[in-house]
Amino acid sequence: MHRVVITGAGTVNALGHDVPETLEAMREGRCGIGELEFQDVDRLAVKIGGQVRGFEAEGRYNRQQMSLYDRFTQFTLAAAKEAIAQSGLTFSGDEAARSGVILGTAAGGVSTWDQNYRLVYEEGKNRVHPFVVPKLMNNAAASHVSMEFNLKGPSFTVATACASSNHAMAQAFQMVRSGMAPVMITGGSESMLCFGGVKAWEGLRVMSKDACRPFSANRNGMVQGEGAGIFVFEEYEHARARGADILCEVIGFAMSSDASDIVMPSKNGAARAMSGALADAKVDRSDVCYINAHGTGTAANDKTECAAVADVFGPHADSLMISSTKSMHGHLIGGTGAVELLACIMALRDGVIAPTIGYEEPDPECALDVVPNEAREAKVNVAISNAFAFGGMNAVIALRRM
Amino acid sequence: MSVKDKVIEIIAEQAVLEPGDVTMDSSLEDLGIDSLGLVESIFAIEEEFDISVPFNANEPTESDFDITNVQSIITGIEALITAQKA
Repeated sequence: MHRVVITGAGTVNALGHDVPETLEAMREGRCGIGELEFQDVDRLAVKIGGQVRGFEAEGRYNRQQMSLYDRFTQFTLAAAKEAIAQSGLTFSGDEAARSGVILGTAAGGVSTWDQNYRLVYEEGKNRVHPFVVPKLMNNAAASHVSMEFNLKGPSFTVATACASSNHAMAQAFQMVRSGMAPVMITGGSESMLCFGGVKAWEGLRVMSKDACRPFSANRNGMVQGEGAGIFVFEEYEHARARGADILCEVIGFAMSSDASDIVMPSKNGAARAMSGALADAKVDRSDVCYINAHGTGTAANDKTECAAVADVFGPHADSLMISSTKSMHGHLIGGTGAVELLACIMALRDGVIAPTIGYEEPDPECALDVVPNEAREAKVNVAISNAFAFGGMNAVIALRRM
Repeated sequence: MSVKDKVIEIIAEQAVLEPGDVTMDSSLEDLGIDSLGLVESIFAIEEEFDISVPFNANEPTESDFDITNVQSIITGIEALITAQKA
């Protein structure tokens, strides 16, 4: 078994176009959620989201690339560039042949589906651009990262709705830990903020029309976000030998399936994933100082998650901190665990706990320290990041300070 | 703009060349246009002239549409326009 460390991080999300901007916004408790801007938004009942602004494909990518890159791929490539540049790695020879890319996305090129359905159904066109399929496919982002950075090892895309990124990172971790790959690029992305993407979520009636307020008694639903989070997972000795700057260590993970309901979360499934991650990491529950919550701001998730934390951590639940950064960047669905891992890295590396903003009223069913509204300084040795998906598929990752 | 000039413009854009660099006897391969570039060019041509080009990337030589060089493509398109707009 090898130790696994993170040597690069990159992101694009509603809080920033890179990691420093994003962490600054998280420290300041800034909200990236606002009025949505896209075609036909006036026909939606839900008009807010954590939309990435000022990210122009023009200038970043050439004409041919733009015709092949859906927005979720554009975000992914920008984040991967930042992460790999930070790591200082370049890939060639045997190392390239063994290093790969595992990314999460719930739905891939949603805006490509949306635009082209609009053309053929609404506008009555009978011809679509030849690259619709390679642009919308869920593995497009992972494929383009592999091509851009010469990564020729195990590469694929994981889709487990809101847990996609955590499942992807768990797989990448497993491959580096087992010695199968020296380096894996991992994380995830999502871009559903278009008419069809938001309309579908609207149908489920779980969306807030005004704000995402996780754990607050007056919370009224989730708010969608978009973007990407990408990381370089590297074998520890490999990183040390080249003098890499290590952001933190990945020490364990666990996955579980509720096997109960397609949308309602289960306390037992969430608890099994958290306790499994601690067992895999060989850490005691009292070592955990911070939990990056799934914390969607829905009635069902937040109370179930808090109950699961209480079950797993017992009395220690009252002394740890748990926050949901979805209050700031929205719910990035398949990309959410990746962007939220940044909050864990900030806690471990910088000793700053990102707050749960929008918190207005205590909820007795969420009676934990949710770091309301303002970031806090604390020394954190071990943090875990939760993701609990529709379909009852859960994945929790455990990290340690270096 | 004539059909010929418009087709040359589409091919030049795909090849990232000036229209003046596209000669009638150039093959798409000479111009550096790969199979993806070819289907994208055909899409652009269909959109421009509102025609349907019979082309299957699996058997390019079996199509009635001759893609040997720029001249054969233009001749093919002119014929399709005449047939489909008649």
